[in-house]
Amino acid sequence: MKNASIIMIIGPLFLLGLFAFPLWNIMLGAPQYPEPLGMNIHISGIEGVSEFDLQNIDGLNHYIGMKTIPKPGEMWEFDVFPKVIIGMVILGVLIGLMGFFGKVDFKWFLGWFVLMSLLGILGMYDFNQWLTDYGSNLDPHAIIKVINEDGTPMTYKPPLLGFQKMLNFDVTSLPSVGAYMMFVGMSLTLVASYLGWKKKGLKTKRQSKNAVTT
Amino acid sequence: MKKHIYLVLGLLGFAALLTSCGNGNNGKGSSGALNSSNAEKVYVAPGEHDEFYAFMSGGYSGNLTVYGLPSGRMFKEIPVFSQFATSGYGYSEETKPMLNTSFGFVPWDDSHHPDISQTNGVLDGRWIFINGNNTPRIARISLTTFETEEIIEVPNSAGNHSSSFITENTEYVVAGTRFSVPVPQADMPIKEYKGNFKGALSFISVDPENGHMDIKFQILMPGFNYDLSHPGRGKSHGWFFFTTYNTEEANSLLEVNASQNDKDFIAAINWKKIEEYVNNGGGTKMPANYAHNVYSDENHTATSTMKKEVLTVDPTKIPGAVFFLPTPKSPHGCDVDPSGEYIIGNGKLSADLTVHSFDKMIAAIEGKKFDGEAYGIPILKFEEVLAGTVKSGGLGPLHTEFDGEGNAYTTFFISSEVVMWKLGTWEVIDRKPTYYSVGHLMIPGGNSRKPFGKYVVAMNKITKDRYLPTGPELEHSAQLYDISGDKMELIYDFPTHGEPHYAAGIPAEILAPKSQKIYKLAENKHPYATLSPADAKVVRDGKDVHIYMSTIRSHFTPDNIEGVKVGDKVYFHITNQEQDFDVPHGFAVIGANTSELLVMPGQTKTIIWEPKQVGVWPFYCTDFCSALHQEMQGYIRVSPANSNIELSWSLGE
Repeated sequence: MKNASIIMIIGPLFLLGLFAFPLWNIMLGAPQYPEPLGMNIHISGIEGVSEFDLQNIDGLNHYIGMKTIPKPGEMWEFDVFPKVIIGMVILGVLIGLMGFFGKVDFKWFLGWFVLMSLLGILGMYDFNQWLTDYGSNLDPHAIIKVINEDGTPMTYKPPLLGFQKMLNFDVTSLPSVGAYMMFVGMSLTLVASYLGWKKKGLKTKRQSKNAVTT
Repeated sequence: MKKHIYLVLGLLGFAALLTSCGNGNNGKGSSGALNSSNAEKVYVAPGEHDEFYAFMSGGYSGNLTVYGLPSGRMFKEIPVFSQFATSGYGYSEETKPMLNTSFGFVPWDDSHHPDISQTNGVLDGRWIFINGNNTPRIARISLTTFETEEIIEVPNSAGNHSSSFITENTEYVVAGTRFSVPVPQADMPIKEYKGNFKGALSFISVDPENGHMDIKFQILMPGFNYDLSHPGRGKSHGWFFFTTYNTEEANSLLEVNASQNDKDFIAAINWKKIEEYVNNGGGTKMPANYAHNVYSDENHTATSTMKKEVLTVDPTKIPGAVFFLPTPKSPHGCDVDPSGEYIIGNGKLSADLTVHSFDKMIAAIEGKKFDGEAYGIPILKFEEVLAGTVKSGGLGPLHTEFDGEGNAYTTFFISSEVVMWKLGTWEVIDRKPTYYSVGHLMIPGGNSRKPFGKYVVAMNKITKDRYLPTGPELEHSAQLYDISGDKMELIYDFPTHGEPHYAAGIPAEILAPKSQKIYKLAENKHPYATLSPADAKVVRDGKDVHIYMSTIRSHFTPDNIEGVKVGDKVYFHITNQEQDFDVPHGFAVIGANTSELLVMPGQTKTIIWEPKQVGVWPFYCTDFCSALHQEMQGYIRVSPANSNIELSWSLGE
């Protein structure tokens, strides 16, 4: 159980990577942008890949009537997400420590993983909602209005994951370093849960064996 | 039977000989195989970049053009000494001071010899310098913005031709006068030239931090014509060499009268010695009046300052500082090989090249091997300094460059060819014709300690039939030779803008990564900048109306202006809000007696508009900036002089 607990302590610490590295990255290339514009989505706000990328994306987006990219103060998520992450790190490390001292068992490890997964899915859902709103809630006075073949106005929601062609832009949306670190961290807690479960299993087996022989 | 076999073998052998001869001819002749390999050598595929930058002087365009090698594609014309309506250089209020001189505003010059800054004799790519020949000036151009940053006028000089060559750590950019003149200028009979006129050689210090130029001293030499120059390098660092002609000191019909002496001189200047003399308080301060114009990227504005004094040096007062090396036949180019040992005098009225040895020169000075003196300056004995003579068989040698592998390449104007020869043995290795009458030639780094000897570009004076005819006036022609093999190979021919005299080349990898993309708006310190559209405004100050206008794709702020009257002087201060690479906005207003403005991202530029007629007048963006470029326009209402309409401005109302 000691090894499992140490892994359980280390795992959540990987989430701290989200404070240094972006969670997600969206790149926009076009014929006029051989060096694509890009945004890095951090848990605390959106940053340009190059110094003036956000300004230039906003500048282009004004033609199709998109809102400007939200600044940190303009979205509750950028306030809440860092707090949730810090809370989950503290909680995970505490569970690990308690495991180390034998106060809790693997079920708590697994519990942390499940809670984190749920929060992650909620986060992704929320992010996707924002992308949808950002891409389809357009200024009715937009300079360029493109109508789909079925007569509905074209929307500009960037893909949550993967590649999409939007007008002259090639949009690629992929997880970034922070997300990979979170993935590794969460996987470690799953490993910790497994090791804890196996150890416990062995223990109970040995105990039952002992019970039979005596 | 045996005989038959021999016969057959013999015939086969003969046939083989014939075919191999045929193949050989095909390979070397004008057939497709070779041409296609030459095509490959100069072909830079779409989207690919050239290996070298070539900066070609514009000659009578007054500017500097930027080309790629080997493709011969022109990338940019950098305005230097001439007004340039394309960008507004010399027209905009910010850049007019760049062309200020002691003669007032001089909107043109004849730009000649670009030279790239060096550190330890190797190209460092910080700046490029170029001289204005007509109204003597030296310009410094940034190689991060590719814009002219500074111009200094050179007093006591006339026909600033033996310029603008730099010492091997860019300590000095050197400017010598081609025409000797009275110093100081005086009202005197022209016939009294001989013995009275002076030739000023100016050593302009370059601040290693910001490149700022300052005339450290001027050497007042005898009244010859100082034609071209180059610095010593390596062991001869500390010396500078100038060719002279008209040592006859003729003041009329120089064509004949300046061609009488069998030998003129190369003047060898020990500038380190003179620098020391000057640093110890030597020299005479002389009243002068010359402009020093500096452009700042911070406020996007040039300022012109008149300087009132220059330090002059009498060379006879400093023993051991200046010597004359006799050199036959009115030498033109003065070139120093990468090792610093050989000083080449290109005797333009001769068939031969004279090569002097730096080591022999030092020995001759130490051994006092003099052959008289001229105006108190010792003349060294010709045989004592001569390293060798290149018997080329060509006519009219002008300029020599080096490939760094022991070879030199000399242009011959009259016989219209480039001759390749070996340093030390003086043997001619190869010669190739040029089309036609070549002046300068350039190997990237070919006048430094470390040439990049892959190509030589020949810059010709006569074009004639090289390209499709365009009436009597033609662009000049350049030829590109591959010199990576044992012999030269002509691989390309392309037109060049203006009249390139000299050029300077540098590997693209040194410059391309540091080429600036935008000016940061947040760092714009222009007093009339509009840092955000919210700051756009119109301010009246008597008859002056200042319009603080911002541009961003695809509108001006403001784009409706009223309250301007006939007789006002309207300043359009345009700030480009873009911070995106290659998104300039232009500005033009109907009837402006000046050029347009082309404003780079983050920049502010100003033109003056003096409305003469009542009406509503449009202005628009001249650079196709975006899909809504055609919509990027506005109106300014002009009311009668006595009208009492208040100033107002708006956007989108």
